[in-house]
Amino acid sequence: MKIEARSLSYSIRGKLLLSDVSLTVQPGETLALVGPNGSGKSTLMRLLAGLARPSQGEVLLAEKSLARLTRREVAQRTAIVEQQADTAERITARSVVELGRTPWLSALRPWSGEDSQHVENALKTVEMEGFASREWATLSGGERQRLHIARALAQRPGLLLLDEPTNHLDIHHQLSILNCIRNLKVTTVVALHDLNQALMCDRVAVLSGGRLVALGTPQQALAPEMVSGIFGIKARWVEDAEGSEPFLSFHLA
Amino acid sequence: MSAAAAITWQGVKGACLALPVLIAAVLAGAMIGETALAPDLVLSVLANKLAGAGLPVDPIDQGIIWSYRLPRALVAGACGAALAVAGVVLQALLRNALADPYILGISAGASTGAVAVTIAGLGGGALSLSFGAFNGALLAFGFVAILARAAGAGGSRAAAAQIVLAGIAGSQLFNALTAFIIAKSANADQARGIMFWLMGNMSGVRWPDVWLAVPLALAGWGVCRFHARALDAFTFGTDSAASLGIPVRQVQVVLIFATALTTAVMVSIVGSIGFVGLVIPHAARFLVGPGHRRLMPAAALTGAVFLIGADIVSRIIIPGQVLPIGVVTALIGAPSFAVILVRGRRAAR
Ligand SMILES: Nc1ncnc2c1ncn2[C@@H]1O[C@H](COP(=O)(O)OP(=O)(O)OP(=O)(O)O)[C@@H](O)[C@H]1O
Ligand SMILES: [Mg+2]
Repeated sequence: MKIEARSLSYSIRGKLLLSDVSLTVQPGETLALVGPNGSGKSTLMRLLAGLARPSQGEVLLAEKSLARLTRREVAQRTAIVEQQADTAERITARSVVELGRTPWLSALRPWSGEDSQHVENALKTVEMEGFASREWATLSGGERQRLHIARALAQRPGLLLLDEPTNHLDIHHQLSILNCIRNLKVTTVVALHDLNQALMCDRVAVLSGGRLVALGTPQQALAPEMVSGIFGIKARWVEDAEGSEPFLSFHLA
Repeated sequence: MSAAAAITWQGVKGACLALPVLIAAVLAGAMIGETALAPDLVLSVLANKLAGAGLPVDPIDQGIIWSYRLPRALVAGACGAALAVAGVVLQALLRNALADPYILGISAGASTGAVAVTIAGLGGGALSLSFGAFNGALLAFGFVAILARAAGAGGSRAAAAQIVLAGIAGSQLFNALTAFIIAKSANADQARGIMFWLMGNMSGVRWPDVWLAVPLALAGWGVCRFHARALDAFTFGTDSAASLGIPVRQVQVVLIFATALTTAVMVSIVGSIGFVGLVIPHAARFLVGPGHRRLMPAAALTGAVFLIGADIVSRIIIPGQVLPIGVVTALIGAPSFAVILVRGRRAAR
């Protein structure tokens, strides 16, 4: 599903958090969103998910204006994993993933075997099948994060928005989640802090101070001069002795 | 099986489990009292009144059963169910385990309305205590709703906390008004009477109250049950609910108004019975888990049976005297809840 942001601006109480951001993500593409803390990544995600309305500009989901869709229609197309979402309810891991089916259910369309199947598949994708009946409070941070991702997958969205999905995850699960996202045929926007992980995505958008300062292939958008300026560090390309793809190495300026 | 059939089947199964329990509780309410009356007597009275069977029954016994005990048990059941469901809904919506049906200022407003009519003499004696209580409850709820809105609740992420804070502010204000009216013009007897009413009093309940309380409890139940899945979606907060396709604002408004209205009516009939709306939801959660499609029926049933039982106890525990039902709910409820809490903890390990 294609998503297009047209000159989005967002301000709250007179403070401009995003200004004039335009970008298009093609169907099936994975776009990484990078930028320093407070650069507006989560804010942009919320606008793309329709959780907040832009002060200016509009979001088009498969050529349709987001403002024209009902909440339920948006939820059948878009799933979001927010940076932090917790609960005190004594809910089981499986029930968390089952929440993902909410936008597809109604009084006339109750839970069915198909829904259970989506839930099982999502649990399997994040390697959490063995935890299905555990209570939320007993799970580790990374396990919770993986359940949120599974919940989003169970929603069967055309657009997946992930806000720092890999924080809390060990290196195995970081790589496996990223790999899974890239292999999904779903359009994905993923906010990341690890720039070398952003290299694995199809394209990269760089935000700084609420503005889009670069958008392009990972090699273009994450050019060391650009990265160094924005994050206030020194970055350079390196290759290891075995001739891997070049990756970024950093140190403080 | 078609979708619609699946729903009705679930409903039928649930009703098959719940109805016998409810009927047994109501019958117990009609049998037990200062004079214990045999079950067959109760059934004869029912046959006479409902089917015109014309069985020979002592008219005094018939009066006690039909005019006093039955309406009391039915209203207690309706009230217990409504308060428990209201508690479930508000705890989920406000994401606050301490939320109860009175958190929106309803109980405080009802007491102000009650004393305004009975003690300050508002309406010159033409208004009933229930009427005053109902309007006081709505006034206080309106105040809380407007305050919460002005504080920016609804749109912002801190909405739930602001509704709770507005409710606390509203309750404090109306409790102070009540205290002011009592201090200014009540004599000791009046003050005692009001105290008694505030802790819940079922002695004035008659059939017209049944016709108000039971349909309202059913309607409130219907509205809340319809939103069960939406309430599940609030588990991770309002943003998460919105991203799952729930029209958050609309659901909040509908459910808060529905619970406020049912609670206000119940309070105006029987006073503000505490404990049920706060603790029965937690007890039911221990029994059936946090999913609202099972939690709501469980809470309604537990609340109804609990309050019918509490009413029976309040009538018999001190011979010749009726205890306020709120005292009984807390006296039985607190220890039994402690037991559930401790056992629930063990089961979770
Ligand atoms: N409700 C709000 N009121 C005022 N400022 C806000 C509000 N929400 C966010 N901000 C500010 O907007 C800016 C962008 O926030 P956002 O959460 O989008 O950053 P981010 O890029 O996701 O950062 P991080 O990497 O830390 O997650 C921050 O400076 C933040 O302080
Ligand atoms: Mg963020």
